[in-house]
Amino acid sequence: MLSRNLITIIFFSVAFQAKGATINVYPGQGNLQTTIDKADRGDTLIVHQGLYKEHDILVNKKLTIKGDDFPVIDGGKKYQLFFITADSVVIEGLQVQNTGRSSMTDMAGIRLQNVSHVIVRNNLLLYNTYGIYLQNSSYCAILNNIALANAKDELNNGNGIHAWKCNHLLIRNNKISGHRDGIYFEFVTDSKISHNISILNVRYGLHFMFSSNDAYLQNQFVDNGAGVAVMFSKNVIMLNNTFRHNWGDAAYGILLKEISDSKIEHNYFTKNTVAIYMEGTNRINVANNEFDENGWAMRIQASCNANMFEGNNFQANSFDVATNGTMMLNTFDHNYWDKYDGYDLDKDKTGDVPYYPVSIYAVVTERVPVTMILYRSFLTDIMDQVEKVLPSVIPEQLKDDHPMMKKWDLK
Amino acid sequence: MKTIIKYVSLDLLRNKTILIYTALLAVISISVLNMDNNASKGLLSLMNITLLFVPLISILFATIYFFNSIEFIELLLAQPIKRNKVLLAEYTGLVLSLCAAYAIGVGLPLLILTKQVAALVLLVNGLLLTLTFSGLALLIFVLCKDKTRGIGIAIVISLFFSLLFDGLLLTFIYSFSDYPIDKPIVGLVALNPIDLSRILMLLQLDVSVLMGYSGALFKKLLGSAAGSIYAVVCMMFWVTVPLLIATLKFRKKDL
Repeated sequence: MLSRNLITIIFFSVAFQAKGATINVYPGQGNLQTTIDKADRGDTLIVHQGLYKEHDILVNKKLTIKGDDFPVIDGGKKYQLFFITADSVVIEGLQVQNTGRSSMTDMAGIRLQNVSHVIVRNNLLLYNTYGIYLQNSSYCAILNNIALANAKDELNNGNGIHAWKCNHLLIRNNKISGHRDGIYFEFVTDSKISHNISILNVRYGLHFMFSSNDAYLQNQFVDNGAGVAVMFSKNVIMLNNTFRHNWGDAAYGILLKEISDSKIEHNYFTKNTVAIYMEGTNRINVANNEFDENGWAMRIQASCNANMFEGNNFQANSFDVATNGTMMLNTFDHNYWDKYDGYDLDKDKTGDVPYYPVSIYAVVTERVPVTMILYRSFLTDIMDQVEKVLPSVIPEQLKDDHPMMKKWDLK
Repeated sequence: MKTIIKYVSLDLLRNKTILIYTALLAVISISVLNMDNNASKGLLSLMNITLLFVPLISILFATIYFFNSIEFIELLLAQPIKRNKVLLAEYTGLVLSLCAAYAIGVGLPLLILTKQVAALVLLVNGLLLTLTFSGLALLIFVLCKDKTRGIGIAIVISLFFSLLFDGLLLTFIYSFSDYPIDKPIVGLVALNPIDLSRILMLLQLDVSVLMGYSGALFKKLLGSAAGSIYAVVCMMFWVTVPLLIATLKFRKKDL
C-alpha cells in the first residue's frame, strides 16, 4: 500500500517534470528566492554548486529543486531555510546547513507545511536545529537524507526528522546522528519508517507518540542517549530492527508506554541497559527476537496485560526479566533461555520443567533498588540458587512452560 | 629483618601448598580467559574466583603457617631483635610468597591474555585482598593462644566477610528501605574488604551502569575517580589497621 503510494508520487512528479522548463541557478547570479518566484508551476530548478547565503526560502508552487553536486544553502546560524507550502514539490541533492536556534520557533532546514506528495531526497542536512520538519502533511517521502548535528543537551536542540500531525509518510534510508531525537513522530498515522540508521542522538533514536497504525522496519538504533520510545499508540509494527548499545543510566532498547495491539518481531537487542521496558502495554506480540548481553532483557511492569512472548532467544543478559508485581497476566512460551538448567527426558526439544525467568535478586532489586550494591556478590548467587530449588518469592505465574533446549535459529 | 624475610619466603616457596595454589590459580585463569571470547566476561568470572578463594586461602594458610612457626618465632625472640621486627618480618615473608603466587597464577595470564585496565585493577585487588587477609591472620595469631581456635576464627572471619556481611547488609537495606540510605550504605560497604574490591572491580567494567541505574548516588560517588580512590583508601586501611593492632598487642604478648 505504502510503496504503491510512493510509486504514484514518483510517477506523477516525473510526468509533470517533463512539461516544465529547466532553469539553472548559480550562486551570486540573482538569488534562489527570486528564481523560485519567477519560475512557473512544474519547472525544474538546477541549483549549481556553490554557497547560497539565503534564508526563509518559500517554495509555494510545485517545483523540482535539484542540487548539482550539493550546493550549500547556509542559514548562518540565525535563520530557517526552506519552507515548502505547495504540494508535489521535490527537493533533492542540496546541502542545507546551519539553521538558527531559537526557543520561540522550531527552526528547520526543510519545513513542509500543510502539503502532500512532497519528496525530500538525497540531501545533506548539517548542523540544523531540526533537519526536516513535517507539519500537517500527508503522502510525503523522506528518502536517503543524511542529517548530522552536534547536539549537546535536550533543551536547545531539535530532531533529525520531525513529523507532527501527518499521515502516510515514508521515511526510508536516512542516516541521522547528533540530534535530540533521531526521528520524532507525534500524531502521525499510517506511515512507514524503514532502513534508517539513527545513532548517537542525545535523547531517543526514535520517538513515537500518539501515532497509530505505523510500521518501522529494518532500522538501526545505536548508541542513543535513551534508545527508542514508543508511547500512547496502537497497532505499531516493529520488525527486523537492531537496537544496539543504548547503554546508560536511563537508556532503553525500546521503552513502551501505553501501547496496545502491536508486534515486535525479529529484532536484535544487543548490549542495552534495558532491552524492552513495558508499562501499561496490552496485547503485544513479542516474538522471535534476539536478546543478547543486555542488563535487563525485559522490565515488565505489573500494569501490562495479555502480552505474548514467544520464540525469543535470551542470552548472556544480566537479568532476563524483572517485574514489580506478583501478578503476571502475560504469557511466556517456547523461548530459549541460556540460564535454563532443566532437562528434556521425552526429547521433544522443550524442557520438562518450567523456567522462571525472574530471579529472586531481580525481584529484590526491583523492590529496593539500593540492593544493586550487592550485584555479583555470593549472597545473591546463593539466594538465586536456593530460590530455584524452592520458589517462594518470585511471581509464580511468570514462567515459561516450554523452555527450548536449543537456541532458535533466527538468522 | 631482611634475613628473616628471606628465610621465611624461601621456606614458603618450597612449600607444596603455595605451589599447588599457584598452579590452581594459573589453570583456572587460563581456562576462564580462553573459554570466553568476551574478555570482560572472563574478567568477571575471574573476579568471582578471586573474591571467593583469595580471602579464604590467604587467611587459612597464613593462620596455620603462623601457628606452625611459633617455635621459630620463639627462637628468634630469644635473640636481640625487636619483637615487632620479628612479627613484621614473618608477615612480610608470608605475604611476599602469597602475592607472588597470585601474581604468577592470575596476574601473568591476565597480562598476557587481556589488554584492559580492568585486568590491572583485578590484579591489584587480589594482591590487596591477600595483604588484608594475611594481616587478619596475623591478628588472629597474636590474639589467640590455641591453634585450633585460631583456625576456627579464621574460617569464621572469611565466611563472615564473603557471605554473612552481605546478608546483614541486605537485611539493613530492607529494614530501612523507606529512608534515604544510599550514603550510609556506601559507608557500610567500607567495612567489608571483599565488597570493596568487588565494587572497585565492577566499576571498571561496563556492568557498572546497572548500579547507576538504581541510585544516582552510586553512580556519582562510585563511578567517579573519587569513588575508586575512596575504595582503595578503605582497602589500605584494611591492610594497615589489623597489622597495627597486631604489632601493638604482640609487644605485650606473653609467649
